[in-house]
Amino acid sequence: MPQMTMMGYLIMSLLYAVPILIAVAFLTLVERKILSFMQSRKGPNIVGPFGLLQPIADGIKLFIKEPIRPSTSSPLLFIMMPMLALLLALTAWVPLPLPFSLVDLNLGVLFMVAMSSLAVYSILWSGWASNSKYALIGALRAVAQTISYEVTLALILLSVIMLAGNYTLSTFAIAQEPLYLIFSSWPLAMMWYVSTLAETNRAPFDLTEGESELVSGFNVEYAAGPFALFFLAEYANIMLMNTLTAIIFLNPSALGPPPELFPIILATKVLLLSSGFLWVRASYPRFRYDQLMHLLWKNFLPLTLALCLWHTSLPICYAGLPPSM
Amino acid sequence: MNMLTFMFSLSLALSATLTMLNFWLAQMNPDSEKLSPYECGFDPLGSARLPFSIRFFLVAILFLLFDLEIALLLPLPWAAQLQSPLLTLAWTAAILLLLTLGLAYEWAQGGLEWAE
Repeated sequence: MPQMTMMGYLIMSLLYAVPILIAVAFLTLVERKILSFMQSRKGPNIVGPFGLLQPIADGIKLFIKEPIRPSTSSPLLFIMMPMLALLLALTAWVPLPLPFSLVDLNLGVLFMVAMSSLAVYSILWSGWASNSKYALIGALRAVAQTISYEVTLALILLSVIMLAGNYTLSTFAIAQEPLYLIFSSWPLAMMWYVSTLAETNRAPFDLTEGESELVSGFNVEYAAGPFALFFLAEYANIMLMNTLTAIIFLNPSALGPPPELFPIILATKVLLLSSGFLWVRASYPRFRYDQLMHLLWKNFLPLTLALCLWHTSLPICYAGLPPSM
Repeated sequence: MNMLTFMFSLSLALSATLTMLNFWLAQMNPDSEKLSPYECGFDPLGSARLPFSIRFFLVAILFLLFDLEIALLLPLPWAAQLQSPLLTLAWTAAILLLLTLGLAYEWAQGGLEWAE
């Protein structure tokens, strides 16, 4: 491969980042539309045909509003954290094979785990830097929840990697050529989906922003642009997690369509999974905090520990170890 | 500079630009009421660096322990390719058993109960 110029780098990364941001913008519209239809409302329908220009109007509004720097906050940390959140949310997309990744990392899965762990810091520090009680309590809740569910996420990843062979994300496509992994490890897939809901702080696990108790959680002091960055990062993370779910459990199409259709099929799966998130949000009441912790530490963790050993022993037992590169 | 560092810098530049755009475009009209910490319309009572429930701290400690043990398991895909996969399996089982015992102990001691 010839040495790429700076311009080449720029074009390629922009071609990667800009569609993500556009997809995120329209995911917010999809969310509002689906929620409104589920509640027999119309939803946004004034700006543009069917409200299609709503995300653009929202974006413009957020970026021309007055940003607030509370007088008691720690200024540098306060401004940096939304930037860190978006930075991590965009960079974590890099190793995903769609079907070609921007950077083909050998340890792509570990990279994504590391990035999503770092996202905790943006929540914790923004909550602390706000120097407000609501923000601090919201941040503590969010961090405890996120790090708890990370334990199962890592264990589930490790289990499916025992079937796929290594940490490169594109090997999942090869491993799943005969059959989706969701069929052979459906208990893991179910726990994975619920854990991604909790990891991205989505309903019914959106305790960080329990409206009545914490008003908005860790980002209560943020307004305008910095808030928009948090918002973008949150939705980018939702799309990212769903893309990862699709790649790990449902990757290539079982019907053998032409490879040119791969991105469209993957995008369809991601959209369906994201609609699942929205459906869950419309259907379930919020968990209580102790229920949330019990679900993880008393149900998911023992189960994933057992299933991890099971997924390690099965390939060894049946002499079916995947080839390692 | 490789693609990864480039993507890092691009994302950073993108978010910094968006923030600066906001500070540049918006009409700033701050006053002391607007900039005070949000506390439902009241003047903030006391410091916001308040003591918090030890439970959150315990969860963080638990997370640290479990994540460390998972880090020990991370070389599994390569370890399974060693001369004797059975040995790998035995060690994996040992680590996972240790983790499970730790979890059972924590559970029995009531460390997982959130609030009574």
